[in-house]
Amino acid sequence: MEMPRPNPGVMSDKARIIAGLRAILPDDAVISDPLETRAYECDGLAAYRCTPLAVVLPRSTDEVAGVMRLCHAMGVPVVPRGSGTSLAGGAMPTADCVVLGVGRMTAVLETDYANRLVRVQSGRTNLSVTGAVEADGWFYAPDPSSQLACAIAGNIAMNSGGAHCLKYGVTTNNLLGVTVVLMDGRVITLGGGHLDAPGLDLLGIICGSEGQLGVVTEATLRILPKPEGARPILLGFAANEVAGACVADIIKAGILPVAIEFMDRPCIRVCEEYAKAGYPDCEALLIVEVEGAPGEIDEQLSRIKAIAARHDPVEMRESQSAEEAGRIWLGRKSAFSAIGRVADYMCLDGTIPVNELPFVLRRIAELSDEYGLRVANVFHAGDGNMHPLIMFDANTPGDLEKCEALGAEILKLCVAVGGCLTGEHGVGIEKRDLMGVQFAAADMEAQMRVKDVFDPKWLLNPAKVFPLAVTASRRAG
Amino acid sequence: MQAKDEAEIADIVRSAKGPLSIVGGGTRRAAASGEHLCTSGLTGISVYEPGALTLVVRAGTPVAEIEGVLAAERQRLAFEVPDMRGLMGRAGASTIGGVVAVNASGPRRIQAGACRDSLLGVRFVDGRGEVIKNGGRVMKNVTGYDLVKLMAGSQGTLGVLTEVSFRVQAIPEAEATLVVPVADAAAGVAVLSRALGSPYDVTGAAYDGRALVRIEGMAGSVTYRAQALQALIGGEIVTVAASAALWRAVRDVQPLQGVTGAIWRISVKPTDGPVVLATLGAVPHLLDWGGGLLWVALPDDRAAALALRDTVNRLGGHATRLRGIAGVPDVHPEAAPVAALTQALRHQFDPKGLFNPGQLATA
Repeated sequence: MEMPRPNPGVMSDKARIIAGLRAILPDDAVISDPLETRAYECDGLAAYRCTPLAVVLPRSTDEVAGVMRLCHAMGVPVVPRGSGTSLAGGAMPTADCVVLGVGRMTAVLETDYANRLVRVQSGRTNLSVTGAVEADGWFYAPDPSSQLACAIAGNIAMNSGGAHCLKYGVTTNNLLGVTVVLMDGRVITLGGGHLDAPGLDLLGIICGSEGQLGVVTEATLRILPKPEGARPILLGFAANEVAGACVADIIKAGILPVAIEFMDRPCIRVCEEYAKAGYPDCEALLIVEVEGAPGEIDEQLSRIKAIAARHDPVEMRESQSAEEAGRIWLGRKSAFSAIGRVADYMCLDGTIPVNELPFVLRRIAELSDEYGLRVANVFHAGDGNMHPLIMFDANTPGDLEKCEALGAEILKLCVAVGGCLTGEHGVGIEKRDLMGVQFAAADMEAQMRVKDVFDPKWLLNPAKVFPLAVTASRRAG
Repeated sequence: MQAKDEAEIADIVRSAKGPLSIVGGGTRRAAASGEHLCTSGLTGISVYEPGALTLVVRAGTPVAEIEGVLAAERQRLAFEVPDMRGLMGRAGASTIGGVVAVNASGPRRIQAGACRDSLLGVRFVDGRGEVIKNGGRVMKNVTGYDLVKLMAGSQGTLGVLTEVSFRVQAIPEAEATLVVPVADAAAGVAVLSRALGSPYDVTGAAYDGRALVRIEGMAGSVTYRAQALQALIGGEIVTVAASAALWRAVRDVQPLQGVTGAIWRISVKPTDGPVVLATLGAVPHLLDWGGGLLWVALPDDRAAALALRDTVNRLGGHATRLRGIAGVPDVHPEAAPVAALTQALRHQFDPKGLFNPGQLATA
């Protein structure tokens, strides 16, 4: 993975930069020992690593603003970091950067049930936002699978989704306001307890900008009352096409499950060997979950069963208890660790129009044969967000490159059928060089002009999202 | 000028010598100064996949036509497009591009989101005459920056929308509304907050002198939730056409239609709606979005406008004037650094200052 050559001026200025940081932050908030900064050399995309110049762990918006002002004045790139769980390399450092971690900013600042919101510092983890309100019967809806570890700051940067976003939307649909520190140290607030912007929707452009427009230090989040209950049903089918048609029929019938998860045969097999969830041996499997009171759940599930029955399911398993519900989810929830046990893997997250599902799965199988690498598919079928897991052996020379080449082919396929490169992980460095597949030069230029406004010197997370060749002149200042 | 397609719009923009005022259906307000650039020639649905809940449509297509096509598949736009003609005293037919340009969103905003939340993709012609696309037609897409959100509500200041795509929603088989008598707006909003804090998935929460709480869904579920809500907040249960009529009235701001004075639309924290209203005395009003959206008619004078803006600044939120002329800007002025970013973005997308120069003016 190509990264920009470190700025020699910044590298030679290291001592002065660190002294400057120490002057504005408490001692324990600046890390410059190369042994310690190494802990920040990568994120969830662990194949690529680089030790940063320094790491800062501020505790307040003021401290963040101080760091930004200093780095701006000294021309030092800043890479913001939440919990470092990005699968796309969104928090991957460069040798000349200061990593700005918000992990110590975890406070709940306000809880307001009458207005259905919480205000938190951005380093707070996704799951602990729900943790702060669930005793009172509330939850925060976006649920990326890393939710135990991932920070709200990273969720906002990547506009994270999750299994339940078919019903509740992704981060941008649940974000009411932010406090943002711009690269020059200015602090702005956008939104709050009210809905929508009076003029341009700057909150909407900040969300999903991969930490390139500003550092979010506080967020106002919409919370929802917990549903009375939830129950999954497991449906097995003889072919991917049939499962795909069943998904379309459920959606067309006006039923809105909270989740429709899809697993194909390679995935079912690996998961079953590992988790022994008792999944049927079939080509395709759906887990459909609905919410409500017991009677409402019965009403929805009876319609779903009637629709599924028209597609000759090989298995239709309803859960009668929490234990059975747990077993239905067991294999799906252990899919990534199950694959990880048998191989190294790369997880893609291209999205496709759901009606293209059967074609795309067939084509992925062909590509898998061509490249000689196994691919297991597990994904959010209701919204077309694929998760092909390409299995490879990191110890076999050339396998990683082959895996990346196959991944690129699959993502090009997603775009070709009317979808996109990434549905919830973000572009980061991982998909940077594929941006030209989805966007014309003018489309990327329009996006980069937004960064020109927020960060004219291109110091904030500059080596991400866009191909390096495209951003070279801007990064050169 | 009436353009027939995207390429023609790009030509017009490239050769424009002065300001252009972008006109959709012209149903909301008089067009800004400048030569009119009318998008009503760009019509037609490009893609409609009911099984994928997605719709791609050219920007000049009338909303009524879209709603008809969707209804034939028992689907709809989730954000409940308001019909502002009665309130604004205008004729014409709303276009979908116009709806996106003002991010027009009705009562279901609180549950299904605004127009911006249903919008999946845009194509537009920027001020350089270049065609830009962003987003797409899939529900989950984080590829590159979200210019889709930036375009929604930008009031034609960044470019001319040519095509938009949406996530659509199934029309539920049943709806019901609880009509709850209350003493005043504050008591009304307290009832709305209680309903919205319940697990019963409320899709409308308004106050028109009474507290109105709507639920939608499958027949059995609606019956169950209507009774559960009644046990929680009291009131009378109204269904079918009577329920739909109540929400049409809220959506289209019927209580303020035909009244004189300036019309204001105020977005605040839901519990602040009654607080703002209390500072205004006895004026025609309507509260939607659980109390967070306040519609009022005020005397069209500068002192009243400035006082309202002061109140809203103190509480947080914004007050937009839809009708009226007294010497304050229609759009709520933002804090200086935010206003500076807005101006810089406009300059980036429209360096010649062609598009709707009077829109979003805050001074």
